[in-house]
Amino acid sequence: MTIDSVRGAPGDPGPAEPELVQLLTPEGQRVEHPDYPLELGADEVRALYRDLVTVRRIDLEAVALTRQGELGIWASLLGQEAAQIGSGRALGEHDMVFPTYREHGVAWCRDVDPLNLLGLFRGVNHGGWDPAKYGFHLYTIVIGSQTLHATGYAMGIQRDGVLGTPSAGATIAYFGDGATSQGDVNESFVFASVFNAPIVFFCQNNQWAISEPLEKQTRIPLYRRAQGYGFPGVRVDGNDVFACLAVTRKALEAARTGQGPTFIEAYTYRMGAHTTTDDPTRYRLKAEEEAWKLKDPIERVKAYLVRGDLADSAFFEEVEADAKAMARELRAACLALPDPEPLSIFENVYAEPHPLMTEEQEQFAAYLASFEEASR
Amino acid sequence: MTTLTLGKALNEGLRKAMDDDPKVLIMGEDVGKLGGVFRITDGLQKDFGEERVIDTPLAESGIVGTAIGLALRGYRPVVEIQFDGFVFPAVDQIITQLAKMRMRSLGKVELPVVVRIPCGGGIGAVEHHSESPEVYFTHTAGLRVVACSNPADAYSMIQQSIASPDPVVFFEPKRRYWDKADVDTETADWTPLHAARVVRPGDDVTVLSYGPAVKTCLEAAVAAGEEGRSVEVIDLRSLNPLDIETVTASVHRTGRCVVVHEAAVFSGYGAELAARITERCFYRLEAPVLRVGGFSTPYPPSRIEDHYLPDLDRILDAVDRTFGW
Repeated sequence: MTIDSVRGAPGDPGPAEPELVQLLTPEGQRVEHPDYPLELGADEVRALYRDLVTVRRIDLEAVALTRQGELGIWASLLGQEAAQIGSGRALGEHDMVFPTYREHGVAWCRDVDPLNLLGLFRGVNHGGWDPAKYGFHLYTIVIGSQTLHATGYAMGIQRDGVLGTPSAGATIAYFGDGATSQGDVNESFVFASVFNAPIVFFCQNNQWAISEPLEKQTRIPLYRRAQGYGFPGVRVDGNDVFACLAVTRKALEAARTGQGPTFIEAYTYRMGAHTTTDDPTRYRLKAEEEAWKLKDPIERVKAYLVRGDLADSAFFEEVEADAKAMARELRAACLALPDPEPLSIFENVYAEPHPLMTEEQEQFAAYLASFEEASR
Repeated sequence: MTTLTLGKALNEGLRKAMDDDPKVLIMGEDVGKLGGVFRITDGLQKDFGEERVIDTPLAESGIVGTAIGLALRGYRPVVEIQFDGFVFPAVDQIITQLAKMRMRSLGKVELPVVVRIPCGGGIGAVEHHSESPEVYFTHTAGLRVVACSNPADAYSMIQQSIASPDPVVFFEPKRRYWDKADVDTETADWTPLHAARVVRPGDDVTVLSYGPAVKTCLEAAVAAGEEGRSVEVIDLRSLNPLDIETVTASVHRTGRCVVVHEAAVFSGYGAELAARITERCFYRLEAPVLRVGGFSTPYPPSRIEDHYLPDLDRILDAVDRTFGW
């Protein structure tokens, strides 16, 4: 091997047709992969379909609420439903998720109330759910920071001595293609590797970090980076919910049994804007979006269900109706979310009493009260 | 009572905390076999094993970030940052994650992480080994920030910090590591972690300090006493929260105040002290609060560091000036 054969070409993030694990083609054709056998009953496939449709509908509602001024901002998961539901449904009860701010589908799989997610983006709190209760850590806004928390948590699982037992859990860290350039993410790879920590690095490569395409982050396919750190890397069709499920399951099981980390690159596409404040027409071509539309993660499951006679039109109508009803309820609940009390600013900064918190809270309370007195 | 160096007192405090709670871990660069570059963790890996005294990869953000994850899993990591000037790669994890996780979770997440930082100059070191970065942390809500100045406090304060449910940034005065004093390792009847202490009573002027500069202030107070001035020295011990009551009670009596720290004066901790003392003691002050500290420059090469560090004469000069107002 020469140096030149290893060096990626400038601006070339890898082969045009990536080597990826696929179990369901965009046309809804089931295919086999020798390393990832997957048996799914009709009920399970229908449940996955329902998940996919539901999280897309929640996402759509959140975008609409933002357009109407009810949320400050929203990071849409459109196009990434299969990556999130597939990996999310691979999780066991003892596993711990460390998400970014776009993991609404994984949150759904962990039973986090979508209203909690809306609350964060509406600005009533910074998250506020109990990570231990759901096995789902708080959304992390700063890119990549959570990969270190996930690695440390995995080191804790190791120290608890549960690996290889039924109560073993693994951690899974979610991040995007842009995050792979962050120092914290690379440090987490190093720590996870040298300590052989029970962790799955789940990278949703959605091709875009706001306006920066993949070639601004890498010259080689991202999954190949894992080799340099000393653990396996695999690229999976991120729009294929079956493949994401099978690949994540295997990686989690490896982690739980003490075999160490795995890097999964879920090759997908961010169909929407980065967030509701972004404008993709300034930096990418419509034709690219159109090409990815043909690989839609939901349509291929629907095609598979129809082709195999595993669901009828009544099922599809019911799923749509349920999702719509849920969105309606979510909207109403979001609009009813009360603003927090101004004096709550001082709460939960410290666990134990802190004189400065007390002093400033009292001063601010007196200041607020002075308006009430004046208006009497 | 046992006579211990400050470094050994920290070592004994860490050992006691690890004995008392199996969830206490030590993490850092070279903290294992070597016992840390200052030997503060000497012998701990031998006695508690590699799972509890963890030699980490050389990545400060990684050390603090994984400590956060371990704390989320129920551990109490004590992180060693090798030198003050090496903390900056970890500052993002400390400020953005460690300090804010509790509020982000509406109080559901606790991160009892201690970040130990040997700080200050005076050891003839190369660049980045003599800094005083405390105000970056005191300015960050969610962190508790303390600084020990003597062996007895080192022994108690490290244990109190480890027991704290809030994250603590713990400053160690590296040039005082070899100072010796009596330490009562039998008692746990300690001064509260966030209380200041009057270390030398006096009537004419209050000198406020913390960390390595406390000893210099005490020497200055002795010298001033020989000239007939009664100087009260207060070791703040805790920078966030600040024990303002002890400070104002003293300044109310003396009417004069000098703040001494190694960090640069501009936007330094003394600025906060001066403002608060002015608010609370305005009518009792005979002179403005004066500050003695490092210059507003990067830390100088070590051959001239004695000119940068507040010394006895500069402290006495400031004391004199408060009487000349």
